Amino acid sequence: MSDEFVFDDVVEAGAGWIGEIPDGTLLRITDLHGNQAVDTLFYDAHDYANRYSAMDTIREQGAAYLTTGSVLRTVNCDALATIVEDTCGRHDTLGGACSQESNVVRYGQHTRHQHSCRSTFVRKAKEWGRGLEKLDITHNINFFMNVPLTSSGGLTFEDGVSAPGKYVELRAERDLLVLISNCPQLNNPCNGYDPTAIRLSGRRP
Amino acid sequence: MTGYSIEVQGGAAESLRLRRHRTLTMHSLGFGPNVSMLIYALDDPTERLNVPDTLKAQMSARIRPPMTLMSDMGRALTTVTGSSLDWHDAITGHSLPDAVERRYGPSSYAADRDDWRRSARSALLDELWKHGLGLRDLHANVNFFSKVAAADDVRGTLTYVPGHAAEGDWVTLRAEIDVLIVLSTAPHPLDTADAWDPAGVRLEVAEGSAPGPDDPARNWRAEAGRALELAERSYA
Repeated sequence: MSDEFVFDDVVEAGAGWIGEIPDGTLLRITDLHGNQAVDTLFYDAHDYANRYSAMDTIREQGAAYLTTGSVLRTVNCDALATIVEDTCGRHDTLGGACSQESNVVRYGQHTRHQHSCRSTFVRKAKEWGRGLEKLDITHNINFFMNVPLTSSGGLTFEDGVSAPGKYVELRAERDLLVLISNCPQLNNPCNGYDPTAIRLSGRRP
Repeated sequence: MTGYSIEVQGGAAESLRLRRHRTLTMHSLGFGPNVSMLIYALDDPTERLNVPDTLKAQMSARIRPPMTLMSDMGRALTTVTGSSLDWHDAITGHSLPDAVERRYGPSSYAADRDDWRRSARSALLDELWKHGLGLRDLHANVNFFSKVAAADDVRGTLTYVPGHAAEGDWVTLRAEIDVLIVLSTAPHPLDTADAWDPAGVRLEVAEGSAPGPDDPARNWRAEAGRALELAERSYA
């Protein structure tokens, strides 16, 4: 049986994507040019309060990084999606999304009006409507981003685990709403100081 | 009244308003306590603790003095001004009802009276409801008195450290804006103890003072200093 393509989109640097994907869909995110952070939130399409929870996800899998086999869980520990293929190796879920406010804290007042992931989340959530609000913007996944933890309790943003063409593929375990910001951050190595486009494709096996 | 002290038994929940520059000190009353805490801006609870922003700005995977706990709006909510411990967990969430029942067996008020085992989630949601808040207001909490470390391996394997805190351990928070604090004293979700026997804590609220130019929180990292400055602007 051949794959039936549901969508195949290129998301430019600093742009966003929001949409529903049905249970069983295979969602592939491709880092077209390498070193690009893809800030992603998942919701139960029928109950936005039952949303992705970074902390419940990493506690249940007993490990801080996401990779093949990781089950992405909601705040009620329901399975949202499973990572079924990962040519990058690992992904962050503790670094959160950049915002205008966190940029001021991290880099200074001069970055206040730079574009940020949370601005994209706000814009896409407003565009989507249907009750999706600020309260629903919670701690996200950063696909292709490298935020190593150390056993002594350190945490840093580093470059270097992704490369052009690397991809991660997820299987939806229920009907999902997916909200993505293709990160515009210029002040740290998460995008190699040069944000680039990603490809987003969905197919039903 | 300039301060007060209350005891919260293990496995219970509490909420309190903490005015700007007041301090909240939590004292452990037994072995292996855990306090799962959520923090909100009192004037607008859609502004809340943001653990990822807090950790990345201060390059730390643990909470320790003199770190500042930051909101999603970049404001300092509270500062950890002191503690007998140099590690408080903030990356593994709080206990859920199903997990508590699987782990410790079924429990109810009818069977166990006020010793019934309630997950942190159940108790936090009840306490949040009293303030008009609910499931969508949940965010990553801090687990004071608990330690979960990531190994230096490829997965970042997480390990709970039993017995990290004992009777007499303490931690002090200073409010940097007016905040609402909601907390549960249920065991840490990864607690390895065989039985449900959560320690209680004594909460002590006292008058404090504004962080001066030489405050350790302001000077240990420029990021923390800027979060304090954003908090101070609201009162400028």
